[in-house]
Amino acid sequence: MPQRIVIDPITRIEGHLRIEAELDANNTIAKAYSSGTMVRGLEKIMVGRDPREAWAFAQRTCGVCTTVHSFASIRSVENALGIKIPKAANLIRNLMIAQQYVHDHVMHFYHLHALDWVDVVSSLKADPAQVSAIQQKISPWPNSSPAYFAKVQKQVQGIVDSGQLSIFANAYWGHPAYKLPPEVNLLAVAHYLEALDWQKDATKIHTIFGGKNPHPNFVVGGVPMPIDLNSDTALNAERLSIISDSITKMIDFVDQVYIPDLLAIAPYYLEYGGIGEGLGNFLSWGEFPGEDNSDVSKFLVPRAVILNRDLANIQVPDPNDFAKMQEFVSHSWYKQSVGDQAGLHPWKGETEFNYTGPKPPYQFLDVEQKYSWLKAPRWAETPMEVGPLARVLAMYAGGHAQTKELVDLVLKTLDVPITAVFSTLGRTAARCIETKVFADSMRTYFNDLVTEIKAGNTKTYNGDKWDPITWPTHSEGFGFMEAPRGALGHWIVIDNGKISNYQMVVPTTWNGSPRDHKGQPGAYEASLVGIKLAKPEWPLEVLRTIHSFDPCMACAIHMVDAEGQDLGEAALGMTVCDY
Amino acid sequence: MTEANRTIVLGLGNTLNRDEGLGVHALKALEAHLGARPGLELLDGGVLGLNLLPLVEECSHLLVLDAIDGRKLPGTVIELAKEQIPLYAGVKLSQHQITFQEVLGLANIRGLLPQHLHMIGIQPEDISIGLEMSLTVEHAISAVVYRACLVLEDWGLLDKTGTL
Repeated sequence: MPQRIVIDPITRIEGHLRIEAELDANNTIAKAYSSGTMVRGLEKIMVGRDPREAWAFAQRTCGVCTTVHSFASIRSVENALGIKIPKAANLIRNLMIAQQYVHDHVMHFYHLHALDWVDVVSSLKADPAQVSAIQQKISPWPNSSPAYFAKVQKQVQGIVDSGQLSIFANAYWGHPAYKLPPEVNLLAVAHYLEALDWQKDATKIHTIFGGKNPHPNFVVGGVPMPIDLNSDTALNAERLSIISDSITKMIDFVDQVYIPDLLAIAPYYLEYGGIGEGLGNFLSWGEFPGEDNSDVSKFLVPRAVILNRDLANIQVPDPNDFAKMQEFVSHSWYKQSVGDQAGLHPWKGETEFNYTGPKPPYQFLDVEQKYSWLKAPRWAETPMEVGPLARVLAMYAGGHAQTKELVDLVLKTLDVPITAVFSTLGRTAARCIETKVFADSMRTYFNDLVTEIKAGNTKTYNGDKWDPITWPTHSEGFGFMEAPRGALGHWIVIDNGKISNYQMVVPTTWNGSPRDHKGQPGAYEASLVGIKLAKPEWPLEVLRTIHSFDPCMACAIHMVDAEGQDLGEAALGMTVCDY
Repeated sequence: MTEANRTIVLGLGNTLNRDEGLGVHALKALEAHLGARPGLELLDGGVLGLNLLPLVEECSHLLVLDAIDGRKLPGTVIELAKEQIPLYAGVKLSQHQITFQEVLGLANIRGLLPQHLHMIGIQPEDISIGLEMSLTVEHAISAVVYRACLVLEDWGLLDKTGTL
């Protein structure tokens, strides 16, 4: 055996998130600060490029969110140039977007978030016969025999014995805040492993519509895959049938595994229905256009702003409103030509770095000054939460029948009041609820697509404005995308056929934003205040709330106790290279 | 589940962060050198993380090209045989933080690690925002292509005359 050399992986994420929390004498969080400690700056790469190629760069912004950035980018160009996409193309895009939600949310739940609630080690104590009884009671899912769970338990034992337990996203095994009985723990661990196999079927849709995998293709004006039932290289009958099967498998997993598991785990953690709310303000750009991207009245998920939990007075935000859609840099490491207190609309946005923070390695950030690489996006100078809860509330308030049924079902099953939706638990339940809504919508979009094809509407691409000679000398566009973790916007300015400004406001910038010019905290910062920690050196409760937002970044949590004593960095997610 | 003989060369990294994307650049250089070959798939894996698990588990032979921090001088070519690649996972705060070692670790506990696994990389110099690699790393790319061809020869996919 050769000597093992130490290899640290290079950082594989778009940035680090750092939380600094101050505790009071009762180990309760009094103040929290969220900082993005790695600079972005993709905007600078875009200037001067061909807008039709912008998506290929945008999709690498985040290694995992390639699809969402591609869509936001091509939509921004289509909006700037007034391009309408064919009906079949819109249906295909909706299918790809819905698939992304279902895939992403299931993997987030089992591979990240469930382990905040599920103690893997405890599952070794479970009685497989009892697990089988629970499984058969809550779901018709076929993998339910005592022998099956005994096999999974043996597999977990093997992992523990081999010392590779860390493969399960670390959690603090044995932490007093873990409440599930061993049987429910084993049930969840079994589904953690099953989800890995399930994702193979779930990704088939993207491979087919995008033409290749990984990194499918996108095109301004439609989708790159032509429809021709008689062609080997186009969307044909055989491929449609693969897609249909894949949709069925996705829906089955959501219905028979994800939803029952959520409802089986949640009763043990009902106190999280009362903590972790944060702002009470929500924003959604809307998603799943009926036909035309510009007709927001026909979106499945409404474009909406909700203020102070008020579901009766929904506003429809205009992303092009210079006075309302603004980003602030008062506490962010940027310099603006108009002064650092002014808010700028993304079309006028500036990306001028101005790092004034401490030289790493450092103990604390100076949170009274600038302390983050994230800007502070605000709607009407108000901080907003984005993500599943914002979307579910928008659909609920908008009268979407299935959403209303599902929300009411969850509240009734858990026997909690409607106010419980404004919480860590509410956010986690909302993710599951919308997964069900979007999984079912795939069947509808698929059937509609088949109807269009049968009617001969097989056009998937509108090339009328492909040639830059058809473009105005100056244009501005907004590309929306409700990414799984929340509202994503790309704002583009095109001059003489080239990009002259490009600004992205990503979901984690909304949720993880630092304080703004008025000192108002962002969503993460607000949601952590008041959370009591059972063991401050193992801040599991913080992870639960931050994970409920599904951050797009890795995160270091830095705890300081009441005496100002540094408890060190806990849960630093990765090995960071030294330079 | 492993297909009898499926060979994938996987280029990894983020091409927006200069040398971080060297695995993808090396993959393209290898593609330009070899052209299309039956029985050999050259794939740009970007930084897809867990989404790469199905691909990894489906191959019999996997050659990974990637930026590697081995605490060497920038531009140093680093080669790791299967038993030298650390398979592990750490604490996760984001789904977006799954390293490729963890993908391999997951494949391993599921008993689906490729029978033949090899990694070739370069110590990066500059991983700031930017599309171009540093000159130091760019000059080392041809060495990665050469070594990749030797590995593929070893696996019986290239004959000895097919190399640089």
